[in-house]
Parts: sequence; C-alpha cells; structure tokens
Amino acid sequence: MKIAVCIKRVPDSETRVKIATDGKSLDEAGVKFVLNPYDEFAVEEALRRKEQAGSGEVVVVCLGPAAAQETIRTALAMGADRGVLLQADKIPTDPFESAKVIAAELKGSSWDLVLFGRMAIDDYHHQVGPLVAELVDLPCVSAVSHVEIAGTTGVAEREIEGGIEVVDFSLPAVLTTDKGLNEPRYPALKGIMAAKKKPLDVKPVQLGRGALEIVALKPPPERKEGKIVGEGPAAVGELVRLLREEAKVL
Amino acid sequence: MAAKFQGVDFYQVDGLLSEEERAIRDTVREWVDDNLIPIIGEAYVAGKFPKQLIPGMAELGLFGANLPEAYGCAGLNNIAYGLIMQELERGDSGVRSFASVQGALVMYPIYTFGSEDQKKNWLPQMASGKVIGCFGLTEPDYGSNPAAMITVAKETKDGWVLNGAKMWITNGSTAQAAIIWAKTGALDQPDSIRGFIVPTDSKGFSAKDQKGKLSLRASDTSELVLQDVHVPKDAILPKSGGLKSPLMCLTAARYGIAWGAVGAAMACYDEAVSYAKQRVMFGKPIGGFQLQQARLADMLTEITKAQLLCVQLGRLKDEGKSTPQQVSLAKRNNVSMATDVAREARRLLGANGILAEYQALRHLANLESVYTYEGTHDIHTLILGQEITGLNAFN
Ligand SMILES: Cc1cc2nc3c(=O)[nH]c(=O)nc-3n(C[C@H](O)[C@H](O)[C@H](O)COP(=O)(O)OP(=O)(O)OC[C@H]3O[C@@H](n4cnc5c(N)ncnc54)[C@H](O)[C@@H]3O)c2cc1C
Repeated sequence: MKIAVCIKRVPDSETRVKIATDGKSLDEAGVKFVLNPYDEFAVEEALRRKEQAGSGEVVVVCLGPAAAQETIRTALAMGADRGVLLQADKIPTDPFESAKVIAAELKGSSWDLVLFGRMAIDDYHHQVGPLVAELVDLPCVSAVSHVEIAGTTGVAEREIEGGIEVVDFSLPAVLTTDKGLNEPRYPALKGIMAAKKKPLDVKPVQLGRGALEIVALKPPPERKEGKIVGEGPAAVGELVRLLREEAKVL
Repeated sequence: MAAKFQGVDFYQVDGLLSEEERAIRDTVREWVDDNLIPIIGEAYVAGKFPKQLIPGMAELGLFGANLPEAYGCAGLNNIAYGLIMQELERGDSGVRSFASVQGALVMYPIYTFGSEDQKKNWLPQMASGKVIGCFGLTEPDYGSNPAAMITVAKETKDGWVLNGAKMWITNGSTAQAAIIWAKTGALDQPDSIRGFIVPTDSKGFSAKDQKGKLSLRASDTSELVLQDVHVPKDAILPKSGGLKSPLMCLTAARYGIAWGAVGAAMACYDEAVSYAKQRVMFGKPIGGFQLQQARLADMLTEITKAQLLCVQLGRLKDEGKSTPQQVSLAKRNNVSMATDVAREARRLLGANGILAEYQALRHLANLESVYTYEGTHDIHTLILGQEITGLNAFN
C-alpha cells in the first residue's frame, strides 16, 4: 500500500488567537501550532492500512512555512515513512491554490490511497481534499467515519444529517477523514527520536493569489453572562415565563 | 471542565529545549491530560495506584527512557527524561514515583551494576512494563542512615540467602522483581553492601501494603520481609559495591524528582490562576485583590527559577558534568518550592481547595512524601553543608 497523507499545520485550538494589527490575519506570536486534528485521523488510518498490508509506504505531504517541518515530524514520529514539505511562506486564502500545488506534487507518483483530514481547524474550508481529487482525477469520499478496504475496492461510511451514507469506491481513491474513524496513536518517544532521521524533502513552491481575499477578521461577539433562574422543579415556571416573555423563543 | 494545560513558561524556557525535547514533553503532556488527570482524583481517594496506566506508559516508552535503545528503552537524553518526570508529576507524584522507581531505582542499577545477561534479561521486560520493579533500601530502623542497615546476604555454595526487612517500599506489592540492598559482610561494614535482584515470588519473600497513608495515596508503599530467601548466584549485581551504589541510584532518581516537583507546582499554579480569575467575591474576581496577586506572583517566580535550575542541571548531566551535590540542591529547592506553591494554591482556592476534584491539596499531601523520600530536605541541607564547608554534620 502506498499512501499519501496531506496534512496541515494549524494553531492549537486551545491557544487564544489574536488578530494582527492588519485586521485580517492572525498574530502568530506565542501561538502554538499543531498537526491539524482531523489530519491525525488520516495519518492513523494510513499507518493502520500499511500495518495491515504488511508492507508499503506512508508519505506525508504538507503545504506550509518552514516551521511546518515540525508538523511533518509529528506524523513521522507517529510512524509515517517520509515527508515532503511544499514550502511557501504564505498560504493564500483560496483553497483552490493550495489544491493545485498539492495535486502537482501527488501527480509525480502513483498512490493506492490519498488521505486528507475532513477540514483544517483554522479556516474550516472542507475543500482541499475534494479539489485535489478532482485535479488528480481520482474518486473521492469526504468526511469518512468508517472504512473497509479489500483489494482494489472499498466501502466508506459518512455521517450525514440524520443517518449514515454508505459509499462504494474503487482504489486508488482520495478519502477525507472524520472523527470516529479511529483513535490516533500517541507518537512513542522512540518514534519522536527516529523522526529526526527520516527523510524530509523540502520543495519551494509558488502559489497563485487565488480568487478569494480576506477583508477583515473579527472575534465573535462576547457572550452575555448567563442567568440562573433557580434550581429544581420550583424554577420551571419562572424559566418558562422568561423564555416566553424575555427571550421570546416559546 | 478546566481548559487544557498550556504550560507555565514565563521566561521562554521552551527556547532552551530542542524540537525533539519539546515534542516529547508535549506528547507526555497530552497523554497525562487524556489518561491520568481524569482518573487520578478517584484513584487517590480510593488509595490505589492506577495500574491500568502501566501499558500506556510502557507503550510511550516512559520507563527507563534515558537508557539505551539496545535494551528496549527510548535512549533519550536527560532533559527529555526530566520533562517526562515533570509531566507525570503534573498529574500526580504517585504516578511519577512509579516511573521513577521503575526507571531510576530498578532499571538504572541493573544497567549500571548488572551483568550483560542481567541487562538483556530484565531491561526489555521492564521497559515494556511486563515486569515491575521496586527498590528496597530503607529499613524500619534505618531511614536517613542506610549505611547502618541490618538486612544481610550470606553466600552459600549455590547462591545467596537474604534476611531482613525493608520499609516504605514504593511498588513493593506490585513488583515482580525487587532490588534489595543487603550487607554481605559484618554489620559494621557498609562497604559490604551489595544489590540483589530478588523475584518477589521467591519463597520467604513477602510484601504488605502500608495502610493509613494520607499522602501519595495513588501509589503502593509496602513493607517487605525477607526470611531465608534463597536466590541463585547470578542474582547479585556484580558491579555493585558499598553504599555508593544505592546512593548513585538515588542521585539518578532525585534528578527526576527535581523536574517532577516543577510539574506539580505548575499544576497548582495553573489551577490557582484560573480559579483566581473566575471566583468572584466582594464583587470582583479574587485575582483582582493584591493578596492573591502576591501569592500568584510568588508562585510564578519560584516556578521559573526552578525551571531554569532543571534545564541547566540537565545539560550538565548530559555533558557528564553534574555532581550529586548539584542534584541535592535541585531536589531540595524544587520540592520545597513545590510544597509551598501547592499550599498557597490550596489556600487560594478556599473551601474548594480541600476537595479531590481540585488538585492542590492532593499535590500538597503528595509533596510531603517527596519532601521526605530520596533524602529528606534536611539531609540534602547537610549534603550541601558538607560540600560548602568540608565538614560533616551528619553524625
Ligand atoms: C511514600 C514513601 C515512599 C518511599 N519509597 C521508598 C522506596 O521505594 N525505597 C526505599 O528504600 N525507601 C523509600 N522511602 C523511604 C524514605 O527514603 C525514607 O523515609 C527517608 O529516607 C527518611 O527516613 P525515615 O523516614 O526513617 O526518617 P528518619 O531518618 O528517621 O528522619 C526523621 C527526621 O529526622 C531528620 N534527620 C535524620 N537524620 C538527621 C541528621 N543527621 N541531622 C538532622 N536531621 C536528621 C530527618 O530529616 C527527618 O526530619 C519512601 C518513603 C515514603 C514516605
């Protein structure tokens, strides 16, 4: 099994992000960056597929700044075999531009599977995986929460509103991974040390400007403090009254 | 639910760490958040070591992590090892103690004083958590003065016979193998102290948990009795000799404790800061009052100093330049510091601070054990006093 996993370096969801003085980007000072959590499912799935097959190669591909080497090494520490950094200082907002350079890289080899996280938790676009699939001309199943593969065909499940959609697909294919697919492993400490010695290719890339532009970033409005009406059954009457008269939701 | 721990790093100490060292710290940090923190309060109240954590710790490679890969260990440097101890103790001193004993007090002596066969036989099994070890030095009547121990090992034609009792032995009832220190000569000959690897299922060996502990409750502490315990010739650690050998183990473990204490202090500080910002009294968050700010400022200052001490000590150790006295200084300072931080955090939390749901009192109670074991605070004072003046004040 030869598997490519496309990963992204994103701010840790636990860090408090600040908007930079330009009003349209994040101030990266003091921000901790991590491997996008949805990509962790993709890395884990690739490792399991390879382990199951007994042989193969897991290659992680990352479009990002030089510092994203650290992100790649997280995946290498988990067990991926080698990494490719498509190095660009600034990643444009338009997912299509990212998809083009990633697709160009993937076209250089043949893959049994190409995995992405369902989305990156920084921009929530959900687009790069399916766009790349289109560009490299492979079938794509997005937001996969369960998958079975036998030979050159597979069955994937995706959670949709009120149910589960079951999709048959043929390999090679592009899958984007969702929560529930697996439980990503912790990199073993030995793996972290070994990651340093695994090959990591750095390839500078040029990206187009794309058709999207961020005009402004704003933090969500502060939530108003809640009100405790009372406790237990005695409070129900008052709660209903407030929901009806103040909140006007009943 | 408290927010995920973000670390305490006021002086960019992270910048003194390599990428791998940080990655190791972050991995253990996450593991502790996911697996240890959610269960520790209950384990503590129940007075049980959370055994279910052993396989996960082994899989990560936390046992004997600074010993070579050739024996199934992670082969990390001492900074990375220290960071592991820091994160484990951020969870709980008892769990860190478990790892300290396994790594620094059991695997380290086998690695340092053992034969090649002993190393090959025991170390991989211990790294993988299949065999748990304990370290028996302290005796009921000989704590700070282990040179006076009365446990003895007599050579027979096919091995050794051990007799004696050990007290306060961490992991004692869990262990499959005990490193027992005993005199092979007369009782007034501390030079005759040697280490033995004793399987705990040997005839005549018994371990009984010590009941009624109000500290380090999530750790097993046992009394060991050895009554005519026969072990084969190859049970002796061939390169051990004199009290110096167990003291070398203690230096290895104390090094980890110096880091561990910082972890406990960071946990308490972190909890105190978030509580101070949230708890409103007299119409404003208590963190807005000068008295609480002074508490927090003191905590942060002391933690920062202790962090820097650890990093420098670790670098010295990696270069082979650290001395046991430097380790004493760090253990003494950091554990005492952490105890103070835990106490102040506990007080800042008001009544909530006495609950197992919060961390401060558990850490405080734990740290009282850490203050006492591995050389009491006083004993480290005497070690430093002797180093400074050249005069022995022990006896
Ligand atoms: C939870 C826990 C786990 C432990 N785990 C282990 C273990 O795994 N293996 C092991 O071998 N031991 C273990 N110990 C034992 C520990 O190392 C001893 O308790 C410690 O060495 C102190 O000995 P003691 O309790 O007999 O105190 P003592 O030596 O009796 O000391 C009592 C007091 O006198 C002070 N004192 C002693 N001598 C002097 C002096 N010369 N000058 C001034 N003051 C002095 C001490 O500082 C202390 O305050 C553990 C202890 C605890 C509490």
